[in-house]
Amino acid sequence: MKYISKETTDENILVITIDCPDTKVNKVSSGLLDEILAVLENDIEATAVKGLAVLSAKDDNFVVGADVDELQAMETEAEVKAYIKKAHDILNRIEALPIPVVCGIHGNCLGGGLELSLVADYRIASDSTSTVMGLPEVQLGLLPAAGGTQRLHRLVGLTTALPMMLTAKNVRVKKAKKMGLIDEIVSPFALRDAAIKSAVALSKNKKKKNKRKKSPVDMLLESNPIGRKIVFSQARKGVLSKTFGLYPAPMEIIASVESSYRKGIKKGLEMDVDRFANLVMSSESKSLMSLFFAMNELKKNPLEDKAKPVGKLGILGAGLMGAGIATVSTPHCETILLKDVSLSGAASGMKEVAKSLNIQSKSGGITAFERDARYGKLIPCDDYLQFKSSDLVIEAVFEDLTLKQKVLKDVEDATDQRTIFASNTSAIPIGDIAQGCQRPENVIGMHYFSPVHMMPLLEIITTEQTADHVTATALAFGIKQGKTCIVVKDGPGFYTTRILAPLLNEAVFLLEEGVTAPEIDKAMQLFGYPVGPVTLLDEVGIDVGAHVGEVLGPMFEARGMVSSSSLPKLFEKGFLGKKNKKGFYDYTSPKKNGMRQANMDVYKVIENSGRQAMNMDEIQQRIGLMMVNEAALCLEEGIISCPRDGDVGAILGLGFPPFTGGPFRYVDSVGVGIILEQMNKLFDTYGERFKPAGIIKDMAKKNSRFHS
Amino acid sequence: MKHAGKVAIIDGTRTPFAKSGTDFRDAMAWELGRYAIKGLMSKAGIESKEIDHVIMGTVASDISTTNVAREAALGAGLDNKIPAHTCTVACISANMAVTNAAAMIATGNADAVIAGGVETFSDVDIKISKKYRKFLLDMTMFKRPKSLSGKLGLLKGMSVKDFIAPESPAISEFSTGLSMGKNGDRLAQRLGITRKEQDDYAAMSHMRAVKAIKDGVLQSEIVPVVMPGQKSSIAIDNGPREDATYERLSKLRPAFDKKYGTVTAGNSSFLTDGGTAVLLMSQEKAEALGLKPLAYIKSFAYTGQDLFEELLLGPAFAIPKALEKAGLKFSDINVLEIHEAFAAQMVANIHCLDSATFAKESLGLSEKIGEVNMDQLNTQGGSLSLGHPFGATGGRLITTCCNRMKKEGAEFGIVAGCAAGAVGNAIVLENAN
Repeated sequence: MKYISKETTDENILVITIDCPDTKVNKVSSGLLDEILAVLENDIEATAVKGLAVLSAKDDNFVVGADVDELQAMETEAEVKAYIKKAHDILNRIEALPIPVVCGIHGNCLGGGLELSLVADYRIASDSTSTVMGLPEVQLGLLPAAGGTQRLHRLVGLTTALPMMLTAKNVRVKKAKKMGLIDEIVSPFALRDAAIKSAVALSKNKKKKNKRKKSPVDMLLESNPIGRKIVFSQARKGVLSKTFGLYPAPMEIIASVESSYRKGIKKGLEMDVDRFANLVMSSESKSLMSLFFAMNELKKNPLEDKAKPVGKLGILGAGLMGAGIATVSTPHCETILLKDVSLSGAASGMKEVAKSLNIQSKSGGITAFERDARYGKLIPCDDYLQFKSSDLVIEAVFEDLTLKQKVLKDVEDATDQRTIFASNTSAIPIGDIAQGCQRPENVIGMHYFSPVHMMPLLEIITTEQTADHVTATALAFGIKQGKTCIVVKDGPGFYTTRILAPLLNEAVFLLEEGVTAPEIDKAMQLFGYPVGPVTLLDEVGIDVGAHVGEVLGPMFEARGMVSSSSLPKLFEKGFLGKKNKKGFYDYTSPKKNGMRQANMDVYKVIENSGRQAMNMDEIQQRIGLMMVNEAALCLEEGIISCPRDGDVGAILGLGFPPFTGGPFRYVDSVGVGIILEQMNKLFDTYGERFKPAGIIKDMAKKNSRFHS
Repeated sequence: MKHAGKVAIIDGTRTPFAKSGTDFRDAMAWELGRYAIKGLMSKAGIESKEIDHVIMGTVASDISTTNVAREAALGAGLDNKIPAHTCTVACISANMAVTNAAAMIATGNADAVIAGGVETFSDVDIKISKKYRKFLLDMTMFKRPKSLSGKLGLLKGMSVKDFIAPESPAISEFSTGLSMGKNGDRLAQRLGITRKEQDDYAAMSHMRAVKAIKDGVLQSEIVPVVMPGQKSSIAIDNGPREDATYERLSKLRPAFDKKYGTVTAGNSSFLTDGGTAVLLMSQEKAEALGLKPLAYIKSFAYTGQDLFEELLLGPAFAIPKALEKAGLKFSDINVLEIHEAFAAQMVANIHCLDSATFAKESLGLSEKIGEVNMDQLNTQGGSLSLGHPFGATGGRLITTCCNRMKKEGAEFGIVAGCAAGAVGNAIVLENAN
């Protein structure tokens, strides 16, 4: 057998160990399913074994889920249906076995892996910070169709099962035991022995299973149809308020769980076959899978051989950004210098790091000593005395070219050839910062997004002079930090900020034309952005927006693109956004219907041609296409090296609707000809700023696509 | 065993020293150690893979971290393959850590060692009464009576007080029963050291420390600390007081011999929390890594003395012994860093070093050791003002001595200290220039 090894113990327990060939992780695939079926038929149902223990041979995973490549490659609904039916049949047969089935779980137990364990009679997990359980299908636009929606709630209860499937959040062992998902926690090295002994004990009815304790609220909500109806309706409301109906998977998950209660598991599973097939074939899921593949590709460092280790890291500026970078670096560095203008500034950054480490330790992600040891890597500084022999220094100081040039000079004076200098600027060209420095080959951009520990993207910016080993090291370090990295060329705003700027600018134009902030934001949320552009301006700060405009303005103006003068004007009048409670929205009055109201004071400052209603399509096109067109220009100019990077950057960095697959996949799916038509129409009405990118015109002529 | 050359001191650093119960009141000793180690590694700019061993001195060991050096090293992010051990010789524990390290390097058993010390008295283990301890141990470990009468039998001879009152953590000599302070009084009385001499000395110590802080000299030896969850940094020693003048000090009442004593809280070192770390390497290793040492260890010596009369005279005994090993005269030394346990002890040691009688009667030498030039002794303050985290102080003395030698261009320096148990130490350092 290729995927499984089997062995019968002296106690007459069959132990099967899953070990998918040529990969570090076990995935559910047709190949694995076939072998499990064979074992069922030949080694269990036809023999007198007294129990079955299921284990994994991999270092850090049980089974991580379905083989997404296989799913992606399926062309017809019939294929998908046959695949999921086969999984159902096998899992049902395991569940129906008269002998006890025990799973020994160490490492990731996700998706199909967790669903496999759900048909076991007893689940044992290893006491390890790397053991986690979860159902991440929703992230790929799917539902956990191999019984997840049917069986999970029976173990952990409805009010726990639903959020687990809807948010794809992983659960660690202690919590899993408490919620009734696993029966026992043992040392990783006792897993096999414990699984065998438990199977023996269960076969003699001598073992008690772990049953969750139901709270009175759970009883009230879960044990009767009326309570459940409330739970389902609340869940639907919650989903719609976040997805605006753009993502079918979460609604299907809720419907599936509901039918499991109403119609029973057998019928429920049958209905899941159709639900799953529909979702696999949906454009949303295909886009999300393409994003998944792109992110996986980007986890590999093409320059791996040239990368140098980052043992000693210096961070300049201990604000939220600096502290965030420090936090995600603590597992990977030996020493982290956190420098600010004063020691108390550095100290407040360290407090932020301590806070995040504490949260990680409390959730069971790291041990208490690991937390202390990670914190112990930090040294607060207000000078460069300790910077000698740093491998990498990342500056996260105030966005000011002169200041950044000065800190680069200071770092160069305090360090030598070995030290790489990375700027975490969001807009200022790296080449400008490196102007006149001693070692321009060591200078690179590492553009993190805030909050650093949450945002998955790292944009790495190389100049003409950046040495290969410098790019390689930045890339390797970013990947280690768990970031998805895109490498882009230098220029004002690089890729992400550059494509965001025209979008925000267009939103401000709409405001000036009399469309209200809530109208604009609502329209863009319905387009698929998690946050509307006006809210985003308030969140990042009008000062930041104005500064970005200042840096990028000349580039746009050279193309005949006018920028609104409202942001600098508002900034001058002291409107900074949410941080000083003076923004496009009113932060001083209470919300109405859970929504912030527009701040009327803004209209005293900005150009305003009076109230005007505008249909939503036009708002979405004007704002949405601004980013799409600019992204195409970036590809044309070689700022990004391929559409894949452009898609990933826009989704992960800027919240471009993930279900579209990114700006380039969006163009592909709408059709480049239609996009060109829309652009031309807007160009006729609004002028130069809607001038379609050359690459879009060319492609429309050839009727080609960005992605094959 | 390979033949090794000189043992080099590359650099040293420490946490700020804080009076117990103040800045570091929430820190365990290992944490103070890891801050010092981390700061040292970073300051010296070397990676942990270069380190072969870690040694830390400590006195009041915490039972949950008995090998505190190991916890400190791990906590500083050093590779777990680097072994560590903890040593204790009372107030010269860190001196012992450093000379242990030097011996390991000199014998070719290590190339790079971090040595220093840690101490906290903010979180010292307080013992329950001896009788209560015995009761608990018999109950749970040794006798484990099953019957109620057996259990009640263990209570025999115990009073309520035994359950409530803890043993006071006295710093008295186990063999003589005399506390350090009382011994200080005894020494002052024996040698006729006046209260004024002591208070003058203590005032000088504070004045010098305050000036060193103002000049930014001490800061360069200190790694600032931000305790987890705090948003302010601890960057400087909080012991030195500008207002510790002779006038003020002279008003304090005797703290130990309350009737006839002259030793007060003001002219004694105080309970202190802190950690220190010194990086030692073989000369070859330092050269290979391109590191410029501050100093080399020329020689060192330990002595034992009479527990009643010479308890605090460690420096006067150990200095001539170390000098003899180094082949140097006292007049060759230009930088002195001597641990200040009490002002009385300092005055006594200075007196003995300058006394032909002491040299003859106690050491069997024909000439006095030499007169101490006060401009060369503890010029940046000492334990009386900066504080005295018992097991860590030696690391500070050595670091400061090296830095002063470099700054002052002195060829030789000496570090010395006395310790409970009447053990003395002196280390002769040679400028690496």
